[in-house]
Amino acid sequence: MDAAQRPEHRLIGGSIPYIEGPLKVSGRTEYTDDLKRPGMLVGRLLRAPWAHAKLLRVDVTKAREMPGVFAVLTGERYPTPFGVLPITKDETAIAVDRSRYIGDVIAAVAAQDELTAERALAAVEVQVEALPEYTDPRMGRTRVDAPIHEKGLNHSNIQKEVVQHFGDVDAAFRSAAATARVRASFAGVTHAFTEPQCTIAEATPDGRLTVWSSTQVPHYLHRSLSEVLGLPMHRIRVIKPEVGGGFGGKSDPLPHEIACAALALETGRPVKILFDRDEVFYTNHGRHPTFNDVQIAADAEGHLLGYDIEAVIEGGAWSSFGTVTTYYNGVMAMGPYRLPNFRYKGQRVFTNRPPSGAMRAHGGTNIRYSVEVALDQLAETLKLDPFDLRARNALPPNSTTINEFRITSTSFLKCLSAARDRSGWAEKWGRLPYGQGVGLGCGFYISGSNSPIHFTPKMPQCTVHLKADMDGGITVHCMQADIGQGSNTLLAAIVAEVVGVSLDRVHVSPVDSDVTPVDIGSYSSRVTFMMGNAARKAAEALRDRLLEATHQLTGYPRDALRVGVERYEVEHRPEVGVSYMEALQQAMQGTGALQSTGAYTSPPVGGTFKGARAGTAPAYSFAAYVAQVSVDEETGSYGVEKVWAAFDCGRPLNRLAVEGQIHGSIHMGLGQLMGESMDYRGSRLMNPSLLDYKILMPQQMPEVECLLVGDADPEGPFGAKEAGEGPLVATLPAVANALYDAVGVRFYDLPITPDRVLKGIDRRRAEGRSWKGH
Amino acid sequence: MTAQPVLRIRINGHPVDVPAPPERILLDLLREDLNLTGTKRGCDLGTCGCCTVLLDGRPTLSCLTLAAMADGRAVTTVEGVSSGPALHPVQQSFVDHGATQCGFCTPGFVMTAVALLRDHPHASREQVMDAISGNLCRCTGYTKIVEAILAARAAGPA
Repeated sequence: MDAAQRPEHRLIGGSIPYIEGPLKVSGRTEYTDDLKRPGMLVGRLLRAPWAHAKLLRVDVTKAREMPGVFAVLTGERYPTPFGVLPITKDETAIAVDRSRYIGDVIAAVAAQDELTAERALAAVEVQVEALPEYTDPRMGRTRVDAPIHEKGLNHSNIQKEVVQHFGDVDAAFRSAAATARVRASFAGVTHAFTEPQCTIAEATPDGRLTVWSSTQVPHYLHRSLSEVLGLPMHRIRVIKPEVGGGFGGKSDPLPHEIACAALALETGRPVKILFDRDEVFYTNHGRHPTFNDVQIAADAEGHLLGYDIEAVIEGGAWSSFGTVTTYYNGVMAMGPYRLPNFRYKGQRVFTNRPPSGAMRAHGGTNIRYSVEVALDQLAETLKLDPFDLRARNALPPNSTTINEFRITSTSFLKCLSAARDRSGWAEKWGRLPYGQGVGLGCGFYISGSNSPIHFTPKMPQCTVHLKADMDGGITVHCMQADIGQGSNTLLAAIVAEVVGVSLDRVHVSPVDSDVTPVDIGSYSSRVTFMMGNAARKAAEALRDRLLEATHQLTGYPRDALRVGVERYEVEHRPEVGVSYMEALQQAMQGTGALQSTGAYTSPPVGGTFKGARAGTAPAYSFAAYVAQVSVDEETGSYGVEKVWAAFDCGRPLNRLAVEGQIHGSIHMGLGQLMGESMDYRGSRLMNPSLLDYKILMPQQMPEVECLLVGDADPEGPFGAKEAGEGPLVATLPAVANALYDAVGVRFYDLPITPDRVLKGIDRRRAEGRSWKGH
Repeated sequence: MTAQPVLRIRINGHPVDVPAPPERILLDLLREDLNLTGTKRGCDLGTCGCCTVLLDGRPTLSCLTLAAMADGRAVTTVEGVSSGPALHPVQQSFVDHGATQCGFCTPGFVMTAVALLRDHPHASREQVMDAISGNLCRCTGYTKIVEAILAARAAGPA
């Protein structure tokens, strides 16, 4: 093969089947609920049937006396508040003094079996005094009678208020040739992962506590257990078995995890808590129900002059990630366009409903919808092609946004070109018959939050350890949480690539805090970038030891050597070299098993003003999606026929995984757009089941063409950036803009259900507007 | 205490006698009594398909099936789809196509697909989508699952 044609890497950049695939298709992977411990008890939680109430009396005497019941706990036993953000710890393992939503935990029981546990819960006597219920976030922003949390701003239910102003937005709007405005509402949606939460805890007589849990952030769970239970972290061992999907919903430390550990400490027996599906829904932590108002100003040529954004987001009962979400609902609009003026006011308001939290494309989804629909309107006003409007405003590489985000690599213009060319935009946009249309939506997302939660200065966000021993295998230790996205495979592939060995030599250790060094978890699309870099450094250190051994064996200087396949050889005389095993044995002389370490710490980026860290990342992903839709004007139902998904994740490391992330993101984004909704009547969730909360079926999925056009990122591992969340955000506005092309109606309330489509068409007709404005 | 009825079920080709009270659910019998944890519990309500097994060859939601209904019949779980270390062509195709991400729904999909291709070796894309419409997957958008099943169709016995 000609050197120019030789692929740059042996594994990286190809399609690598997931290394645990054979186990998963055989049912041999172990999820938490597949584990049993000797003497294990069943833990169950009593959940509040009322939303907002003062707990006058929680009497567990009768429950405790029942045969087969080993412990019944109430809130005062472990009242220390916890939460995923150190600045807003307001959850307790079990409610103390007050319940705040239907589903709040009132008591926890450990019993010999499920039936006994349920009977014990029924025997708990609770007396409450009803408090006023708050279920509309817009109404909780002024003084209220009984704030859901004491710390609410000015006796209101506002948890967090963000006000930011960069440049001079009023002047920008005064000088604008055109403006566009979108006022939109978004129903809450939830992760709907298939594996219900499950936790096992076991306290042993050596003074240690072991917790197995379906978590995507084992390290925060570790910290929270320590804080609430009063045990030092080194006496707690956290193990993450296989996790059946997370999407953000398993990233907060959750009350049941702590309650389960408390029951284990109380009983001295292992305890398992497995959620019923309705408990999964009540626990929620899904995407915030949102009202936003986006105004955009531009000059006559379509250069963006400014954004003026307001958002009210519904937090539900707890803070969770909410402070971050409040910022993100503004600052995630900073890309992919150059923006000289920006103003944002965001409020997150507590309600007596299940907590909102982080969900795939956290904080970036709803604002992206409104911005991209507003840009479509602006393009129409200025008589510009939506592609041209966006290309004209693309953020340049190596630039700084007005709020001081550092932009390094961006292939956004390449995304636009690819989506336009491949979709046949020029022949379709404005030219398809009534009921059919195409639309463009674009995207921008962080490739890993630069600011780790629980940041301890100078501590890396990820550490990877490697061990190569006499068997020739390499074991990788890292607390990164594979929740199905393929990070184990990525870890193994990076090590195999750099060290030059076959993939089957590399074993990824299960996550176990006794063994695996800290990685701060699977959230904010940080794993590829941060773990990837740490893994690469660890592998390079190991490789260097093996090259040094090769130097000792061949006599050739170190810089004349190169990595082959299972072999190290002389660059200009490749026939001279040693096998991997020979090099390994040489390197192990006198030292035994080789060990190496690699770590990643994010660079110092971002401004110094209050809130400047929110949204900073070592890199950003970019997207341009075209969707094609077909609408049935009789029923209002519609289908998305195809999505051309041009995405800049830098250089993809594993194409199979990137495509899988894009498909899954489109599925989740379309679900939110087309029908998913957490439906409430007052404080009561009406659809806590997978029958009533409908995720898309296979027949509703469009054909997806993945266009991976990104150039290498200068700091990403092998030039890679994230592909886990950014692929979601462009989906929703692309379809909404396609619906406008198809039937001439704008939609400002999500989900866009068939009845809303019909009403929209009727309204357009009543107003006498034509269906194609361009 | 009266003696529990003993069910005789042929599980993955092996007859087993297992005592079970009349209200025992097949999913619990498999997971709790027989330690066959490959069959997953996603909802207990027949809404997600994670617990799909074959009852006399037909895809069946084990969370909605009384264990007693399997008495004298054959149950195949994901553990019984392949023999020895080699994967069934459907399983291998799922691996090759990246049709499993978190993997929790995968056993249910595998069972559904194995039954489909046994009865319809040349199943169309529409037949594949109809067959799996009772199985939910939140990771893959179904795209690679459909690809994997269609590819297994070509690879498997015609």
